[in-house]
Amino acid sequence: MKKMTMVEAINLALKQEMEKDEDVLVLGEDVGMDGGVFRVTKGLLDAYGEDRVIDTPLAESMIAGVSIGMAIHGLKPVCEIQFSGFSYFSFHQMEAHAARYRGRSHGRFSIQMVLRCPYGGGVRALEHHSESREVYYAHTPGLKMVIPSGPRKARALLVSAIRDPDPVIFYEPKAVYRAFREEVPEDEETFPIGQSEVVREGKDLTFITYGAMLKPTIDAAETLKEEDGVEAEVIDLLTISPLDDEKFTESVQKTGRAVIVHEAHRSFGPGAEMIARLVEKSFLYLEAPICRVTGYDVVIPLYQREKDYIPDVKRILKGARETLDF
Amino acid sequence: MPKKEIDLEYKIEHLSILNQDGELDSELEPDISDDLLIRMHRMMLLTRRFDERMLNLQRQGKMGTFAPIKGQEASQIGAVVVLEDEDWMVPSFREMAAEVWRGKEMVDMLLVFAGFNEGSRVPEKSRTLPVCIPVASQLLHAVGIAYAIKYKQEKNVVMVFHGDGATSEGDFHESLNFAGVFQTPCVFVCQNNQWAISIPRSKQTRSKTLAQKALAYGLPGVQVDGNDVLAVYSAAKEAVERARSGKGSTFIECVTYRMSVHTTADDPSVYRDDDEVKQWEARDPISRFQKYLKDKELLSEDDIEKLEEEIKSEIKGVIKDWEDKMKKMGDPADMFEFQYAEMPPHLVSQKEEVEKNKANR
Repeated sequence: MKKMTMVEAINLALKQEMEKDEDVLVLGEDVGMDGGVFRVTKGLLDAYGEDRVIDTPLAESMIAGVSIGMAIHGLKPVCEIQFSGFSYFSFHQMEAHAARYRGRSHGRFSIQMVLRCPYGGGVRALEHHSESREVYYAHTPGLKMVIPSGPRKARALLVSAIRDPDPVIFYEPKAVYRAFREEVPEDEETFPIGQSEVVREGKDLTFITYGAMLKPTIDAAETLKEEDGVEAEVIDLLTISPLDDEKFTESVQKTGRAVIVHEAHRSFGPGAEMIARLVEKSFLYLEAPICRVTGYDVVIPLYQREKDYIPDVKRILKGARETLDF
Repeated sequence: MPKKEIDLEYKIEHLSILNQDGELDSELEPDISDDLLIRMHRMMLLTRRFDERMLNLQRQGKMGTFAPIKGQEASQIGAVVVLEDEDWMVPSFREMAAEVWRGKEMVDMLLVFAGFNEGSRVPEKSRTLPVCIPVASQLLHAVGIAYAIKYKQEKNVVMVFHGDGATSEGDFHESLNFAGVFQTPCVFVCQNNQWAISIPRSKQTRSKTLAQKALAYGLPGVQVDGNDVLAVYSAAKEAVERARSGKGSTFIECVTYRMSVHTTADDPSVYRDDDEVKQWEARDPISRFQKYLKDKELLSEDDIEKLEEEIKSEIKGVIKDWEDKMKKMGDPADMFEFQYAEMPPHLVSQKEEVEKNKANR
């Protein structure tokens, strides 16, 4: 198997789906000639032409709205919003229409589209380029919200998202884009949307995380083993909505302790929903308060202070140890 | 490097064929079959009466809020009759006449306004989108469909409706821009009814016409008397033919008037003069069309009387059907249907919760 970065793995998913199904097309700002500002769509224009790899005018609401129209007439658009911080221009189209056409038409129209965008910090960027506000989408009925954590899952989940009959918001952790390589099979691989995964087994503590936070969380789990003799279980959510609460509620029934790690703001963040599910389903098993290691409730600072905003191994360890010592 | 002027000599054509007294400019008279003329007239009258009846039902408390179309029948019917069944029609929320022409069941409209989601169903073969309420946002869906038609090398076109207020929205400009860049087969029909709730056309934009906005995007724009069904038809026919032959989009501004309220929740006496409404009543689209048809000996006073009776009983039948259907609807657990292709676990459990609450009521 070839070792790939997340950028290469996503590119492979797009290429293979376009090869297979000519209803799949790609649109967005700079996705054609430029291959995308992160080069995720590199080579697609040459392979499939400008009718299928569309360099659009600069208007995010249009990119989403036009994709909805394309889906109504049977295409399967994969649109790119250059940074999630600009996706709020498209939010209205996704919330008011992509999420609702099935219901509004009483089942007649499926909006089979994917809206991809890089999210999160870690690339020393300008304002509006580092946010992690997946809850806007996760809170919206009718949408699905997927966030892969590494190259192999990114490829498999994107293939599933393209084939999913419902609109999928696909957030790509830009800090992971080229951070490491993983083996990605050339042959087709999918992964079910709405399913989380236990990526490390343990009996003493449950970490729940996703996206760019998976790597530091696993590192923290390894440190806990070495330094504290603690076996932490790590759950990678992969899909934020619909949320698979089965694995993490079961895990906490085993461990009694939970630490939730995400880059998103703390208040009303994804962790708040996970805690609610844990309280509903695993309350009597809890041995300690559930801990949240998250971004703070401030606009994400520019990169000089970003390290203090985004959870890192140290902060994750601190949270875990407080939970263990309770 | 002198200071130069870039010459942009644009003119906007204004088209009027049948004036407010029903007098015809015979040179511009479009070639429409007698049968189609009669059907157009019937639909304009039917939807006028249905609109009035709905207002009545709403005032009696039998139905919720809706947006009346009174006065805009010509700008809808004149445009939509040009479409083939295989073409797409994308409405905003004040196109009842165009929707009914396209096959939308009147009973389904009543169901929606009475609060039943079932009424928004779109039959399998229909290419008319459901009503879209956020102003101008449907325009992007229309150009997206048009792109897909072009991509699939099909010959169909899209006709999208919107109002004067929509021309201030970003989605309006984004969709016209997309249509211009990609030459999509999409016809924009702007029903300039002079009012966006309480905001008059003069406060919506400083542009002299709305049609000229198309020019900025490299699209042809034309203004027509929107209460003149022949003028609307002629402009729409030309625009649809242009789109169908691969020459891209056209923007049509129909100058018309909202003779009634914005919605049934609105009281226009707060912001507009009755005198203005009276002036526009004299320009009614239906009476002038009737004069034209009488002059052509396609319609008589007797015919109109008979037609009015026929329409009355048709509407009566629709209302009876509606009342019967409502009795069989309203299972609250239905709200979980059609959210996703496959119901996710959290909705399955919430649906069970509703089922249980139902049992305990």
